[in-house]
Amino acid sequence: MVKLTKRIGGLVLRIAAFGAALAALIVMVTSRERASFFAISFEAKYTDMAAFKYFVIANAVVSVYSFIVLFLPKESLLWKFVVVLDLVMTMLLTSSLSAALAVAQVGKKGNANAGWLPICGQVPKFCDQITGALIAGFVALVLYVFLLLYSLHSVLDPFLLQKS
Amino acid sequence: MPGEKILLAGGAIKSWKLLFGLRIFAFMATLVAAIVMSLNRETKTFVVATIGTIPIKATLTAKFQHTPAFVFFVIANVMVSFHNLLMIALQIFGRKLENKGFRLLSVAILDMLNATLISAAANAAAFMAELGKNGNKHAKWNKICDRFAIYCDHGAGALIAAFAGVILMLLISAVSISRILLNSK
Repeated sequence: MVKLTKRIGGLVLRIAAFGAALAALIVMVTSRERASFFAISFEAKYTDMAAFKYFVIANAVVSVYSFIVLFLPKESLLWKFVVVLDLVMTMLLTSSLSAALAVAQVGKKGNANAGWLPICGQVPKFCDQITGALIAGFVALVLYVFLLLYSLHSVLDPFLLQKS
Repeated sequence: MPGEKILLAGGAIKSWKLLFGLRIFAFMATLVAAIVMSLNRETKTFVVATIGTIPIKATLTAKFQHTPAFVFFVIANVMVSFHNLLMIALQIFGRKLENKGFRLLSVAILDMLNATLISAAANAAAFMAELGKNGNKHAKWNKICDRFAIYCDHGAGALIAAFAGVILMLLISAVSISRILLNSK
């Protein structure tokens, strides 16, 4: 009974992480705004910044991986491999989130020392959507950290409760 | 079975040596990255305008503190190198108490958390450095590496050391997890 609850808990965590990563991906991809500035019109898309492209790719990889692992059978030998892969996915998520955050912070506040002006004043809706995508990415990251601890616990029995 | 015990003991000693070597390299790599980035600084004088025949000069400094991503980079590398130093000390002086309680588990979890921390810091700094090197036409952000070449070079060196640290931390986490497995058999 306890084992069943634990397994369902793990599945729920993984579905939630899959949903969060997918949401971050979709919100970032659909962010687009056209602004006109003294008869010059320019469009802000997520592909303008390399960091946002990397964010989209990383979240796509994590979503696909989560979806595949959802269907892994319980007694498969691949569960030990899943622990290391979960660690790699968490590292991917942190790196993409922090890169996108660094670039978005420059976009919002600018960098006076380098002469870079903030762009959020001209495209506010774009900025809001990017913020939403980053929040979803952060939720996916937190869920993945819990998932990592859960996989470690379920595979390795680390409290050494079983007598060898 | 005694044969199995000897085999397991050999595996434990080999993984101890491997872990020790990896930790020393990771400690050195992250320390080098932190030091090189924190000493990164370049001052240059530019001619900004000419009034008649008198050129007006302005002195500009490129420091690592100007970019929050680099500040995070330095702090995270210091934290990870301190973690590795602590773990090296633990490995040398705490050899007898290896299997007690939650020691192996907490070492593995700490290693995993530090691996994610250093990967976040190295990546954020890498993307900011790419922005400084190539600029961004869409946002009208000029590149700064053509003027501050030494600053960019030192930053690139620190980034390479940090990425070596990322790979090493990933390997260290894998070895720590396998040590729990070896111990629980």
